[in-house]
Amino acid sequence: MADIRTITLNVNGRAYAREVETRLTLVDFLRHELALTGTHVGCEHGVCGACTVLVDGVSVRACLMLAVQCDGAGVTTVEALSAGEKLSPLQQAFQDNHGLQCGFCTPGMLMTLTEFLRDNPDPTAAEVRAALSGNLCRCTGYQAIVAATLDAAKRIRENA
Amino acid sequence: MASSWFGASVKRKEDPAFLQGRGQYVDDIHLPGTLHAAFVRSAYAHAKIGKIDKRAALALPGVHAVLVYADLPESVRAQTLPLLVPHPAIRQPRMPYALAKDEACYAGEPLACVIADSRYIAEDAAQLVAVDYVPLPAVNDCRAALAADAPPAHAGADSNTAARFPVKVGDADRAFAGAAHVFREQIHQHRGGPFFMECRGVVAHFDAPTQGYTLYVSSQGSHRIKRCMLDMFDLGDHQMRVITPDVGGGFGPKGSFYPEYVNVAVASRLLNRPVKWIEDRRENFLATHQERDQYWDMEIAVDADAKILGVRGQLIHETGAYVPWGIVLPWIAATTVPGPYVIPHFKLDVISVFTNKIQTTPVRGAGRPEAVTTMERLMDRVARELKLERAEVRRRNFIQPEQMPYNVGIIFRDGRPVTYDSGDYPACQAAALEAAGYADFGARQAAARAAGRYLGIGAANAVEATGLGPYEGATVRVSTSGKIVVYTGATPQGQSHKTTLAQIAADPLGVDFNDVTIVTADTASIALGIGSFAARTAVNAGSSVHLAAVEVAAKARKIAAGMMECVEDELELADGYVRLKSAPDVRKSLREIAVKSIGMPGFSMAGGLAPGLEHTAYFTPDQAVYANGTHVAEVEVDIETGAVSITRYTVAHDCGRVINPMIVDGQIVGGVAHGIGNALYERMVYDDDAQPLSTNFGEYLLPLATDVPHVDLVHLETPSPLNPLGIKGAGEGGTIPAIAAIISAVENALAPFGVTIAEAPISPQRIVELLGAAALGRTA
Repeated sequence: MADIRTITLNVNGRAYAREVETRLTLVDFLRHELALTGTHVGCEHGVCGACTVLVDGVSVRACLMLAVQCDGAGVTTVEALSAGEKLSPLQQAFQDNHGLQCGFCTPGMLMTLTEFLRDNPDPTAAEVRAALSGNLCRCTGYQAIVAATLDAAKRIRENA
Repeated sequence: MASSWFGASVKRKEDPAFLQGRGQYVDDIHLPGTLHAAFVRSAYAHAKIGKIDKRAALALPGVHAVLVYADLPESVRAQTLPLLVPHPAIRQPRMPYALAKDEACYAGEPLACVIADSRYIAEDAAQLVAVDYVPLPAVNDCRAALAADAPPAHAGADSNTAARFPVKVGDADRAFAGAAHVFREQIHQHRGGPFFMECRGVVAHFDAPTQGYTLYVSSQGSHRIKRCMLDMFDLGDHQMRVITPDVGGGFGPKGSFYPEYVNVAVASRLLNRPVKWIEDRRENFLATHQERDQYWDMEIAVDADAKILGVRGQLIHETGAYVPWGIVLPWIAATTVPGPYVIPHFKLDVISVFTNKIQTTPVRGAGRPEAVTTMERLMDRVARELKLERAEVRRRNFIQPEQMPYNVGIIFRDGRPVTYDSGDYPACQAAALEAAGYADFGARQAAARAAGRYLGIGAANAVEATGLGPYEGATVRVSTSGKIVVYTGATPQGQSHKTTLAQIAADPLGVDFNDVTIVTADTASIALGIGSFAARTAVNAGSSVHLAAVEVAAKARKIAAGMMECVEDELELADGYVRLKSAPDVRKSLREIAVKSIGMPGFSMAGGLAPGLEHTAYFTPDQAVYANGTHVAEVEVDIETGAVSITRYTVAHDCGRVINPMIVDGQIVGGVAHGIGNALYERMVYDDDAQPLSTNFGEYLLPLATDVPHVDLVHLETPSPLNPLGIKGAGEGGTIPAIAAIISAVENALAPFGVTIAEAPISPQRIVELLGAAALGRTA
């Protein structure tokens, strides 16, 4: 009964070929088929941003995209942000500025901000808040996330 | 030895895993052979449940079982879910069954549980379950529910009153009779829900060889869930282990016990497979507890100098369909009203009322934001009527620091008189006003008005009971490998227990806090626990960790003294060793001491010491400790659109001695954001039939990064005399006065139009409506 397709895609630099149901969302595919559980599911309707990943370098809501739509694409998730145990500048700035509490929204925040800082290396606080407005956080009040992002931007610029 | 880790803003131990996507939240746990559950939920807010036809669902490939009430084991069928906090004032202790027996009392109440190979298939099958409903009249408003002809929220009940009780100090009626001024305010507050980012979830695994269950659950207290499960299944202590893994926010309602947990455990035993249920966001809106409407009808009596003589009135509190937390919410609300003010006479009639909506239980602040908003609205009213500056009215009524400890005269929910242990309320308000530029605001406001813009400022004060008992425990153990572990029933959801409790343990043990591992919320690791809610963990678990670590340090010195043939007083703990103060190179490692401490087979224990380099302590506080704070909000209101933007926000707060300032700052600022949601955005809407209409984040608005301002913080530190570390709770103080401050600021901005506000949240539409009504000289 189920409609099955075979897809090939690259996730975090690794090639995969899988048979998937056409109705399987990208986030469930990543979490349950590839065991990449760093990407979280917060609302399943595209508002909270917890499931944000990059598809071909562009941020998407993995709860609103089907796995079959990623056939042939390259997907980057939070698991790919650090090199081994060494945190990326953005991750390190999150820790240093207490930019996370429960940590559940954090992977989505990091993916949104990875794309944002790539395109906006020297943002203002207001620009950071606008960029974050598609990611909900119930713990932090966003202030420490904004501070972490500005701190990360500075670190990345200084090391460029 | 000098304290070095307590008080330091060390980086969190939790973060590296979370930042790399290696957290272990409940949906990240995958046990081999796991099946998945989906629930059939009542489509009506109130209905008789007839036949449930599960044949079509069972015929779907991949479906393993469909459970209805009749399929549950006898012990589960025989009882409702436990009422966690019974009280004699509860007239109708109504609680739900694990699956509805013959009546559903809110839309979303579980009727059947479908188990399948995947969640996708389970949801397909749930849609195929046919339920015969006989809809009954539903009640959707707690005031309407009290009318004589209101439909009963539970069929056959003769009233919708769940509980009723008085709160009384002095003789309020006499105080009112002689008062120079009496003012009445009717205030409606709506608090919305927790809306943690990780929905609820549970994995149940029945282990046939041991005839026991392991339950992984996203909760705020493993031990209380274990206790409930033991009751539901009539099990021995050894047959239920509850583990709470990483939790993506809790804010109160993850501390409740829910029917889904029972059902997945039933299914796991029936099918002899692990069973997982992860709440989806729509279910979260329907079936996770919220904290909902309160209607306050209050009067305040003051003398000619605006000194309070008395406060009296009625609180109608909505409990929803059941009373899982008894009267905890309205009781906390009622006893929080006096706050930092001297109120010689106080009288409140509290009624908790059933409706056909999801139950209300504590959400961050737990009745206190409503109480503070009510009291602060009354204070603003006094200022307006007597043409006094608002902060001055508060100044005239503050409890003074030299009055501490201050007995408010009422009984708190811990059964003890509300007695504030310490705090300097005038200093706190003064510090907040100073930092907020309050004195200069008049000039800012006048300049803006000249330019056609409407600025307002509002301040609010709160006193918060924190660190409630009965206890939390901690076992501090130095293993024979020399590694240090602390086990506690505290159950973190983002509060950083694994960092702060390690900081507390590290000082007496003379080690780096990174060398202390904190294991939380596993019922197999420590016998008793309560959990993390009500801003209680730093006080309860923190004190226990401290007491246990001090004992372990004393034991280590005692054992080392025997090994080193010296007296204990000559020894100190530092860098993982017990060493001679006079010759630090003469030392024994904690590892060597731990090995010594467990003895050797066949040899007697020396010196009568209990075996093991470990100690378990349960700190049992005599009463709550009282934190306090002042919030100042500055807003701009667009009188065309009703939009409110918060342009400046200042918090002065006092939570006693601070374990980790960075983490406390995070708790406060995050709490403010929650309060902003309650003040301006968050509204759970139901239609006349109590059908929920706002069941996603497009309809129910949480504050965004663009809605929440930068928060300026001022710290005051009045140590509590009531626990060994001088701590008070910090988890809710950010939320509690926020609504009051923001509403006051919005009203202040609209003062030129004569608009008054007696409700929260206050939406743009409502502001425009109030402006229109004021212009027409009407009451909207």
